Amino acid sequence: MEKKWEEMTADEKQEAQFQKLLSPKDPEGNDLQFQSPEAEAAYKASINRFKDAVQLKASDRVPVTVFPGWYPVLYSGMTPQEAMYDYEKCAAAFKKFVLDFKPDVQWGGVMPGPGKFFEILDYKLYAWPGHGVDTDSGYQCLEGEYMQPHEYDLLITDPSFFFRNFYLPRVFGALEGFTMLPPLTGILEMYGVALNFIPYGLPPVQNTFKALFEAGAEALRWITVMGGVDGELATLGFPNILGGFTKAPFDTIGDTLRGTKGIIMDMYRQPDKLLQALEAITPIMIGMGLGASQQTGNPIIFMPLHKGADGFMSDEQFKTFYWPTLKAVIGGLIEGGCIPFIAAEGGYNSRLEVIRDLPKGKTIWMFDQTDMVKAKEIVGDTICLWGNMPSTLLKIGTPQDIKDYARKLIDTAGKGGGFIMANGAFFDHAKPENVKAMVDFTKEYGVYK
Amino acid sequence: MSGELVKLLSDLKEPEALEFVEKALAQGTDPMDLLKQAKEGMNIVGQRFADEDYFIPDLIFSGEILRRIISRLEPHLKKAKEEKRLGKVIIGTVAGDIHDIGKDLVVFMLDVHGFEVIDLGINVPVEKFVTAIKESGSTIVGLSGFLTLAFDSMKDTVDAIKEAGLRDQVKIMIGGGQIDEQVKSFTGADAYGRDAVAAVKLAQGWIGG
Repeated sequence: MEKKWEEMTADEKQEAQFQKLLSPKDPEGNDLQFQSPEAEAAYKASINRFKDAVQLKASDRVPVTVFPGWYPVLYSGMTPQEAMYDYEKCAAAFKKFVLDFKPDVQWGGVMPGPGKFFEILDYKLYAWPGHGVDTDSGYQCLEGEYMQPHEYDLLITDPSFFFRNFYLPRVFGALEGFTMLPPLTGILEMYGVALNFIPYGLPPVQNTFKALFEAGAEALRWITVMGGVDGELATLGFPNILGGFTKAPFDTIGDTLRGTKGIIMDMYRQPDKLLQALEAITPIMIGMGLGASQQTGNPIIFMPLHKGADGFMSDEQFKTFYWPTLKAVIGGLIEGGCIPFIAAEGGYNSRLEVIRDLPKGKTIWMFDQTDMVKAKEIVGDTICLWGNMPSTLLKIGTPQDIKDYARKLIDTAGKGGGFIMANGAFFDHAKPENVKAMVDFTKEYGVYK
Repeated sequence: MSGELVKLLSDLKEPEALEFVEKALAQGTDPMDLLKQAKEGMNIVGQRFADEDYFIPDLIFSGEILRRIISRLEPHLKKAKEEKRLGKVIIGTVAGDIHDIGKDLVVFMLDVHGFEVIDLGINVPVEKFVTAIKESGSTIVGLSGFLTLAFDSMKDTVDAIKEAGLRDQVKIMIGGGQIDEQVKSFTGADAYGRDAVAAVKLAQGWIGG
């Protein structure tokens, strides 16, 4: 008899998730119709290869993928601005990128995002092409203190209320009306219940809701186009492996709420409040990943790490402020049947011993400037290694440089399985022949005998 | 009591350092002496950063303590003798890139180490670097960038400096997340640095201090 989801062990949940990936459905819920038996075989072989790597086993060969930034857009000869405003063109660029380079798995084309949507909501957290940066630059974060140092108690007590009434109106101009809304938890019983709804009758609030409807419609238009290409690529044998996104609690607070400088001040001036807030948002970060995975039916949850890298903080600071809640989020995702896919931007050499603490065969780590030989030695029996083809080599090197680097990676990090060849950091610019060399050479040289 | 502020600042004791400054001023200590101590404290912070005892949070926090000490001392400092500066360094994040945290750390550390820094900000067009060199007569230019697109902007900037006939006048250093020896060669810069302390060392090597 089949076990209920809640009764399954973490291993059984992971297996069930991979079985789900191996029997993909179309948007109507029927079995996906592949365009050819070869496409179906390629799709399943890719998933199995990926699964073996996650479980630290050797497969038929080293899996290879490319996880780019704006590269597919630039490779297709369009600007980031065009990609953000012309969804069809953007989708075509990501499709061309996958079909030209043929990575084992792909990541969809949601990265550029819908430009019009950001305009409707008057998004202030980022500069995007034509709005604060040149049309040929990608979007870039405008760091600030969107949460004030004295607002920790608000965040800790009711994160959703803080987000809606304070944070969101600061980062979206069109959501100003949210500042007038009372907490939802005040809606209790007949007496007084109507009072809670009065703000919804006021013009600023109504304008905010109008903007939300418009933004939602725009987001739907965009995802319909992007999703269409994903479906098509799947029928051609290229699975989209991205199930969702969440963050390390320290980065959630440090990146966009308090900002880099703000959170650093808090580490010294109010460390206890910061630690309390990190704990308060941990279950929210877990829920964010699990929820996305349920929506997409895909267990791989991407987590870009920012402020815990080598040099960004001391070992002691890492163990105090960064790791405990990150570990809890990773643990919660695994418990919920997800596979955290953690991008350790920068170097993580000094953190490898700490990472060893994780359960074996349950996470993927994308390494940027981490020493892969050392990583294999210290955490090779614990985590699946991913990366670390340097962005500089992809842009400036030659195909021979790429092959030499890839050979070293396969011989060391790839030894015995548990390794996925890919770029180590998100890149926008590269020589196409270098990207091609990385994929083709891995398929040829990376065969496990 | 001499040297106590050096220790308080270099050990990142914010309330204690500020309290010390208050008391010292009330007791008639020469504010110039306190300023000197604060700078000495910052030198120790820089050294600890170079030795990897301190990391970015410590560096940024020390800057914040220093800022508060200086704003407390300022009303008491006589305008007159501005300290002699070692030399001028032009710094900016190159065209198309708006990342500023790394750049700001370099500006801050150069300033603390006695250089006059001309900070051109972020997303700086190549011509602006050329004009700044002409106007300031600076002999060091630092280019910052985080994105792969910055490699091209750095190269364009170095090329523009060359075309303006200024390349022999200046040493050019680059830095940022993905910058390495290969990017240095690609852009035609003279050197690259991994962090703010490396930038100070390069500048000191080029114009002394």
